[in-house]
Amino acid sequence: MNPDDRKYTSEHEWIKVEDGDTERALAGITVYAQDQLGDIVYFELPQVGDSLKQLEKMGEVESVKAVSDLFAPASGSVVEVNERLANEPELANEDPFGEGWLLRVSLSDPAELDKLMSAEEYETYTAGLH
Amino acid sequence: MTSPNARTTLYETHVALGARMVPFGGWEMPVQYSGTLAEVRAVRTASGIFDVSHMGRVYISGEQATDLLEWVLTGNVAGLRVGRARYCLICNEAGGIIDDTIFYRLAEDRYLLIPNAGNRAAALAWLHRWADERFPGGCQIDDLTNATALVAFQGPDTPGLVDGVFEGGPSSLRPFAAIETTFKGRPAYVGRTGYTGETGFEIVVGADQSVELWQTLQGLGAVPCGLGARDVLRLEAALPLHGHEIDETTTPIEAGLERFVRFDKEYVGCEVLQAQNSRGTERRLIGLSLPGRSAPRAEYSILSQGRVVGQVTSGSYSPTLDTSIAMGYVEPAYAEVGVTLDVDIRGRTAAAQVVEMPFYTRPRTAD
Repeated sequence: MNPDDRKYTSEHEWIKVEDGDTERALAGITVYAQDQLGDIVYFELPQVGDSLKQLEKMGEVESVKAVSDLFAPASGSVVEVNERLANEPELANEDPFGEGWLLRVSLSDPAELDKLMSAEEYETYTAGLH
Repeated sequence: MTSPNARTTLYETHVALGARMVPFGGWEMPVQYSGTLAEVRAVRTASGIFDVSHMGRVYISGEQATDLLEWVLTGNVAGLRVGRARYCLICNEAGGIIDDTIFYRLAEDRYLLIPNAGNRAAALAWLHRWADERFPGGCQIDDLTNATALVAFQGPDTPGLVDGVFEGGPSSLRPFAAIETTFKGRPAYVGRTGYTGETGFEIVVGADQSVELWQTLQGLGAVPCGLGARDVLRLEAALPLHGHEIDETTTPIEAGLERFVRFDKEYVGCEVLQAQNSRGTERRLIGLSLPGRSAPRAEYSILSQGRVVGQVTSGSYSPTLDTSIAMGYVEPAYAEVGVTLDVDIRGRTAAAQVVEMPFYTRPRTAD
């Protein structure tokens, strides 16, 4: 169920290099993450121009029941934030791998993505979490 | 892996419905099925069902049952008519709240008490202690929690549906009234009570009838609701949750629960409560409202001009009001409705206003 066109963090974020551009990538949270969170009501996201460092905290997500930190899946700078999430945070529940994306990032070190998990590795990883 | 937590007789039903199960008060309970927001909406606009069998069913009977309850409960017991229920507190000698509970008067000398799941053992021990010390041989205490099930059926549609399930016309019950009736030919007890701020019923049946009751109510359109929805609903209605707003270190006066406390009878903790009621307390429970969806959570600091003046006990985004709400304790000087305070939300300062509670009041229509 996790698409194999992207890489995954152990904190349940994904990052997908965009077609035809190896230095731009979309980032979001996984189906597993949104399922664990329950109904999402609010995102605290970085702003356009902010710089991210891989696996450091980049924001927060609040569901009805809890707050969780969001971690940057890669280093770089934020070039776009999914504005729809401000009014429709539920997009990240309904379609976390698509319409519910969080950020578009300009990667400072595309090779970093090799440190992240493949879809298959991530599936094995989440199956072991209980 | 074996779970150390108990399971209600509806456990398999919850799992089959796709519920996420979590430990709560020593039980493994559903926190959500379809999603908390949808479940809250169902209860506010139609009907929902909750398995609350994790809460206790403790029966107290005998010649001195009334005397025992007068001694351990803050509310008036002798004056409660048969077929009525009352909310009140069980306090220790310091006025701290051991548990909050609804109790029903089933007969002149027989009562049903509903302790919280996590406090059942403490409440039972407390009842036994005082029964032995002050009323030996005068009352009997029976814990029938495992022999029975408790289901809450809540929402504006419930009065129109309940008479099709139980005889005796429970739809005409007034709030906090209850009747002994039957479900599929076997004894059931239905009260006009709940923990959602919505109209509704709480139903006790034999444990072996819980699945049939659940399926019957679900068949009428009631949406299965978990602890997540229950928590949002009770917070919108500003109903306290033991372990959050109230515990053994807080008193009913601090928690603004004076209306459930009698000052004209003698009972455990009464001296402290009387003194606090006349002299005031060091802190008061308040309601806070904040624009937006980022909510204060338990234990966040409440500040005024940079100084910590209190602490949040519960908070959430309120889907019904589409704003964030919280309860918490502050110094009395900051407890007035209309005062603007700050909440430290993980390092961000958010302005919050002290507002009247409950946050949500159901529309009073024809019931």
